[in-house]
Amino acid sequence: MTEREAAPQVSAAAAPEPAVEPVLAAENLVKHFPADNGQVVHAVNGVSFSIRPGEVLGMVGESGSGKSTVGRMVLRLLKPTSGTVRFRGRDISALPERECRPLRADMSIVFQDPWGALNPRMKVSALIGEPLKLHTPLSSAERRRRVEELADRVHLSTAFLDRYTADLSGGQLQRVCIARAIATNPKLVVLDEPTSSLDLSVRAGILELLAELRDETQVAMLFISHDLGTVRLISDRIVVLYLGSIVEYAAAQEVFERPAHPYTQALISAHLPPDPRARLTRHVLEGEIPSPIDLPEGCPFAARCPVVQPRCGQEVPQMVPVGDDGHRAACLRIPEGGNQIPR
Amino acid sequence: MALLQVDDLQTRFISRDLDNQVRVAKAINGVGFSLGRGEVLGLVGETGAGKSLTAQSMIGLLRPPAKVVDGLVEFDGRDLLSMDPGALNALRGNEIALVVQNPLTSLDPLTRIGDQLIRVHRAHRKVSVAQARERAIDMMAAVGIPAPERRMRAWPHELSGGMAQRVLIAMALINEPKLLIADEPTTGLDVTVQAQILDLLRDMVRRMDMAAIVITHDLGVVAHYCDRMAVMFAGAIVESGPVDSVFAGPAHPYTQALISATPERLALGSGAIVGGPPPDLYALPEGCHYRGRCPHAAEVCGSAPPDREIGAGQVARCHFAGNLPAAFQ
Repeated sequence: MTEREAAPQVSAAAAPEPAVEPVLAAENLVKHFPADNGQVVHAVNGVSFSIRPGEVLGMVGESGSGKSTVGRMVLRLLKPTSGTVRFRGRDISALPERECRPLRADMSIVFQDPWGALNPRMKVSALIGEPLKLHTPLSSAERRRRVEELADRVHLSTAFLDRYTADLSGGQLQRVCIARAIATNPKLVVLDEPTSSLDLSVRAGILELLAELRDETQVAMLFISHDLGTVRLISDRIVVLYLGSIVEYAAAQEVFERPAHPYTQALISAHLPPDPRARLTRHVLEGEIPSPIDLPEGCPFAARCPVVQPRCGQEVPQMVPVGDDGHRAACLRIPEGGNQIPR
Repeated sequence: MALLQVDDLQTRFISRDLDNQVRVAKAINGVGFSLGRGEVLGLVGETGAGKSLTAQSMIGLLRPPAKVVDGLVEFDGRDLLSMDPGALNALRGNEIALVVQNPLTSLDPLTRIGDQLIRVHRAHRKVSVAQARERAIDMMAAVGIPAPERRMRAWPHELSGGMAQRVLIAMALINEPKLLIADEPTTGLDVTVQAQILDLLRDMVRRMDMAAIVITHDLGVVAHYCDRMAVMFAGAIVESGPVDSVFAGPAHPYTQALISATPERLALGSGAIVGGPPPDLYALPEGCHYRGRCPHAAEVCGSAPPDREIGAGQVARCHFAGNLPAAFQ
């Protein structure tokens, strides 16, 4: 943790708003999907955030909260229903498919399931070399050299380069996916639950690698996960999503130490630290995340909120500052201090 | 007397390769533990360590090419390994219940959930449909399903993951089992729902005075919901003991590595991560199976490590157990 605190991007996160231009700025992103009978799935409902170079933004939320949809929209793998995605200052939210293609060299994604993400009929060298083939004019010899360099960088033995994916373990495959993702020196990498399908010790190695890459290349990362422990470890700042809306946004440490939104508080209190001596001060929420088809009126969390009031069912809460370091949360009860849930 | 006693359980996968040579994977290698009523045992380890296979071996759910080749499983005074399939069938779902990881694929998609509960109850109890129905509604209420009477008519696809897991727990407990085996009961669920399900399971175990085995890879679940834990590696228990003592002073290098690798304890950039591929079960090394990944491995590790008693009830299978430097803190 001490190294992280010394890193420049953490102090930047604590300062108001730095002069560095964000790599990515999402403004008011909305995504609706059509459902049966003319109904609409409101997957993402007005999400705004930005990521600076060398910053890891953690995005947490339960399944159905819209995390992955946001991740795909900022890469333009999905077209937003409305809102803008600014990538290095340029609005890419409405670019035609064809014009998105050159952008792929500058932005990439690592998925949860490395077994499903890689073509089993391609050798590892071809898999890592594929983005280079598509986006760079490198000759095949140069490409091979670069592939070896990349394998080295993700700590994958070059002996694996001439093997097929079936010969590799999950952790090794995820390293291949990461090598692919960083092959063209992108400015932004979206990591969608990159460690969720991996064993604990393997997971630790992948996190270590990601932190290393961030420090060396200043790549911006959007780290999507439902695992609070992992997100806390790797992220500089964290956004908490619930039912397609951001409910809280703050520096990583701050979210865990002073969660303001009742949902964030409940989420953190439900987390089980791997230490029997850690006292649990839990508030177990009732029910589950509601259907995004019939969005509730007012606050999206009202139906499960332990400190709900009648007006929460009518008024949509806006993000309000909590403290003065950019920490913000969307709860109507924050101004009067009624946002603390009972434990 | 323990409700469940497992000794030296050995399970093998016996198959033939393309050259028609017999290949044997040593999947479970001498697992042993005992469990009393009211006790919750956490079985942890990485993928392929043999956690689920241990449970399946115990209650006769193995399919070829997997086969129990040696060992003893004594449940409530009866030897399960020599029991005939019919008798074992009468036991499973009745005195021994299993809750599996993926609730939605474990329910019959073509039967309303109420009928599935009634079916399980009537398979083991001589009761009328009406009585079974009453019992099913009671169980659904007990596991916290709102409007149980109405939900009896629900189809599995209408349930969320958390609700489906509650139904499976109701189904597992409807015949008041003595032993409950929960195999990754909350792995696919969200954290807030996980908390609900684990609270429910612990509550039911206490209330019904059952013994429970919770199979998980989540050390947080073990730390807060189990009384004792057993850490598996390469088909063997390498360390076991009361949860508090094992977390406070893990004695096996693998347990130390596992606990250090949790995000909460991890310090990125420390270079202290000892991961590695699991050993090849077709060609397990002589001596300690963890040798290849162990930072403390020495010559003596070429011989089989003894089970060393570390403290009250804590046992580690390592030549150096008790004499290793502390892994953290």
